[in-house]
Amino acid sequence: MSVVAVAHGPDLRLIGLEDAGHEGPASKRIITGYGFWIFLLSDIVMFSCFFAAYAVLLGQTAGGPSGAELFNLRNVAIETAFLLLSSFACGMASVAAEIRNHFWFQIAMAVTCLLGLGFLAIEFREFADLVARGAGPSRSAFLSAFFTLVGCHGAHVSLGTLWLLTMMAQVFAKGFRADIQRRFLCFALFWHALDIIWVAIFSVVYLLGSAA
Amino acid sequence: MSDIHGSPNQADLAPGEDEVVSIKLRVLGYLVGLGLAILLTATSFFIAGTNLVWQPSIPVAIIVLAIAQMGVHLVFFLHITTGPDNTNNVLALAFGLLIVFLVIGGSLWIMSNLNHSMMPMDQLMRMQR
Amino acid sequence: MFGKLSWSAVPFDQPIPLVAGGVVLVVILAVLVWVVVAGHLPYLWREWITSVDHKRIGVMYTLLACVMLLRGFSDAIMMRAQQAVAFHSNGFLPPEHYNQIFSAHGTIMIFFVAMPFVIGLMNLVVPLQLGVRDVAFPTLNSVGFWLTATGALLVNVSLVVGEFARTGWLPYPPLSEVTYSPGVGVDYYLWSLQISGLGTLVAGINLVTTVLKIRTRGMSYMRMPMFCWTTLASNLLIIAAFPILTATLAMLILDRYLGFHFFTNEAGGNMMMFMNLIWAWGHPEVYILVLPAFGIFSEVVSTFSGKPLFGYRSMVLATMAICVISFMVWLHHFFTMGAGPDVNAIFGIASMIIAVPTGVKIYNWLFTMFAGRIRFTTPMMWSIGFMVTFILGGLTGVLVAVPPADFLLHNSLFLVAHFHNVIIGGVLFGAFAGYTYWFPKAFGFRLHEGWGKAAFWCWLIGFYVAFMPLYAVGFLGMTRRMQHYDVAAWKPWLDIASVGAGLILAGIICQIVQLVVSIRDREELRDVTGDPWDGRSLEWSTASPPPVFNFAIMPNVTGEDAYWAMKRRTWKEGAGKEPSYDPIDMPRNSPTGFVCAFFATVMGFAMIWHIWWMVIAALIGAYATFVVFAWRDHDEYEIPAEEVARLDRANIAARRGLVTAAGSA
Repeated sequence: MSVVAVAHGPDLRLIGLEDAGHEGPASKRIITGYGFWIFLLSDIVMFSCFFAAYAVLLGQTAGGPSGAELFNLRNVAIETAFLLLSSFACGMASVAAEIRNHFWFQIAMAVTCLLGLGFLAIEFREFADLVARGAGPSRSAFLSAFFTLVGCHGAHVSLGTLWLLTMMAQVFAKGFRADIQRRFLCFALFWHALDIIWVAIFSVVYLLGSAA
Repeated sequence: MSDIHGSPNQADLAPGEDEVVSIKLRVLGYLVGLGLAILLTATSFFIAGTNLVWQPSIPVAIIVLAIAQMGVHLVFFLHITTGPDNTNNVLALAFGLLIVFLVIGGSLWIMSNLNHSMMPMDQLMRMQR
Repeated sequence: MFGKLSWSAVPFDQPIPLVAGGVVLVVILAVLVWVVVAGHLPYLWREWITSVDHKRIGVMYTLLACVMLLRGFSDAIMMRAQQAVAFHSNGFLPPEHYNQIFSAHGTIMIFFVAMPFVIGLMNLVVPLQLGVRDVAFPTLNSVGFWLTATGALLVNVSLVVGEFARTGWLPYPPLSEVTYSPGVGVDYYLWSLQISGLGTLVAGINLVTTVLKIRTRGMSYMRMPMFCWTTLASNLLIIAAFPILTATLAMLILDRYLGFHFFTNEAGGNMMMFMNLIWAWGHPEVYILVLPAFGIFSEVVSTFSGKPLFGYRSMVLATMAICVISFMVWLHHFFTMGAGPDVNAIFGIASMIIAVPTGVKIYNWLFTMFAGRIRFTTPMMWSIGFMVTFILGGLTGVLVAVPPADFLLHNSLFLVAHFHNVIIGGVLFGAFAGYTYWFPKAFGFRLHEGWGKAAFWCWLIGFYVAFMPLYAVGFLGMTRRMQHYDVAAWKPWLDIASVGAGLILAGIICQIVQLVVSIRDREELRDVTGDPWDGRSLEWSTASPPPVFNFAIMPNVTGEDAYWAMKRRTWKEGAGKEPSYDPIDMPRNSPTGFVCAFFATVMGFAMIWHIWWMVIAALIGAYATFVVFAWRDHDEYEIPAEEVARLDRANIAARRGLVTAAGSA
């Protein structure tokens, strides 16, 4: 094999750009993980639109209640704790999956699931409570933006929980097969990303909204 | 395509993959991440409610703490590092973040400029009646 | 039981959609009956509908685009005809009908012609150019295509069941809110685009991952064909921009369905936010469309000039620059909405700056042609036509990028002429060039040259006759989307434009004839060697059409224009000895995409007509499909080594008579 390297300008290996193509296609695990990673980035862009709408419509309470009057920071703290701990539990499930330990995997996933459901329960109650007080999403543009942003995150957590249960069933039925491991990698990425988005939500929506 | 298993000196890591091999170190990584995140979150909540801090700095502090928390998640839970095997992942993240800043920043700038120049909607509607 | 749906949804009192819908329904039924009776259904199901092969999916995308071009063009003919006769008259299309037509025209042309066309070509060609066997996620690829088809189906169903949106191709609130558009039209638009938008996002993820992670040995980034670079840039834009469309349309859906107040007149809604967000998607969208076309021209111009692409590195830089800057100009679509001069000025300047990298590309194509041995084949004609036409359109774009000028020209026919100039001259000419260029690779025989050239000239002359008058009439003050008018000065220009539309119709007829004649004469037009154009990139090293696995042995690449280098090496050193063949694992076909899209269609239709139980049933069906797919144990099948060897030997033997300029270069 001829090794005449045709110079194409600066050595792009220095910024990591000349590597992947040379050895041929990447492994399936890398391909799957990377594809899901950029899906997550697209999801984050979608959330940023809801954040932008929230920021623009922040003051449009149409004579109705504002965030400071509505937000219960104690509940938010509990939700945050649940989600953060569930992220940790998911991390433990990742370790268990790496060493193919069925028992600890299912336990960690069950804990993740319960914490996620706890988060959803609190959030659902918060929403129901707001609607009952006449502060539902159709009251004002601010509330529309609030319910959409936080609700979209909650919808993602709900779908994530459904995915979680499906993963538990898959591992139970078929074990730690390579393709199931890849799917679990994607699930873990998803679950951690949801916690990152929650950081933005509780900081910008709840904390800043209450401090105002 | 068959499942091509990477050669020992695989150039890339999948996002979310940890290079550390021992279980103890892995779990320790997650524990450190959890600890840091709890610390930062508690600080956020504290600052939002306290009078001990200079008030105008609160929004900035909360945002800085939020970014720090996101960083902790990225490093300790998602294992995104700056090594050459993570370059593609970091570049993709950087691109995504650029778009996020353009969309949010651009929208805020444009909309505030428009709101400044335009009559408020409810006033406009009152003129219609 | 059936929500808002009732027999009154069918337009029995409107002859035009009734007859059109009836004709289409009859044709579809006839085709279906013929397929089933002639026994083609098993073949179609096995080889096309459930296929996860990127080549098949690429062809289906392109076929969808071509069929929808006919629908979108019919709308255009009706619009031109209406404007030709509606001088001091109401014409033959009442306003509520005319408004649906121009809305459908724009929606279909952008989302169901231009997007599927470029995505189809990228799907077909990119894995072949990268020297690999398929895209990153083959089954997901199928899902993406079928979801796009669902969107197209829903838009067309609106013709006969209900109505379409009357708001233009972007549904600005408050007109698109439920107060002022209480019918199902806007809902058809919203659900059709949300579903097909998901399909597009899936295609974007697939192609970015493919270009970044799946290339053959030795193909570093700077050795990829230019078309792969523009594919990367375009699909990065898809991933970044389509979520914005999803979010914005979702907000409008929430306003319409659940009484939210994002964009309403009351309770604090801000409809300017809709314009802001939708154009934050809308501007990258046009670069999503045109970047692959630029890539096609790079391939075609270098092949038919017999020279490597001039200034490869500057082309890469220009492409990525366009990719990034395209996210910094979106306000130029609403200069007149009321932002201050500082905001307008900055976005105006950015809009002018983005013309620079495109200029770099044009110069590079010209320098590629300079001192080359140019062959004026049909794809090359489309490329030259593009260069002249797109420059003109780009210049008028820079003109409207100047905010004071735009205050006069915004929403006039000048603007309409500008964007048709760049989309037709850029995207459509590129798509036609790519279609003609890669047709032999996909099907094994070339398209008839004579009819191709006739089609080109009809399109080129027809385009200028149809759209240059619109620049004039825009300067004379005519607004877009007018159902009737009474300014005498405009009439002669609009009449000329109608003639242009007729010429374009002739061009389309030439293309249809070209296809029929080529299929009839396919033995004479057969591409025996797999390399009909003396190509430079790896797709021409495969047979036409390629075997399902593309390459028996994935090639080892040592420079740009990989296949040209292979040909030259073979010319100098002779054919090497036969390699040893291994069995190849390929992904199994799957009905997942088709079934998923079926449930998506049902869900979309049910959402539009407020049939809630059907929505839930469809969602459950979609989830069940996903679980069934996730539960399968065998996702690959093996092609034995002897079969691989047989196909590869046939390919090599067929190339022995290949006449190439590679050795002499």
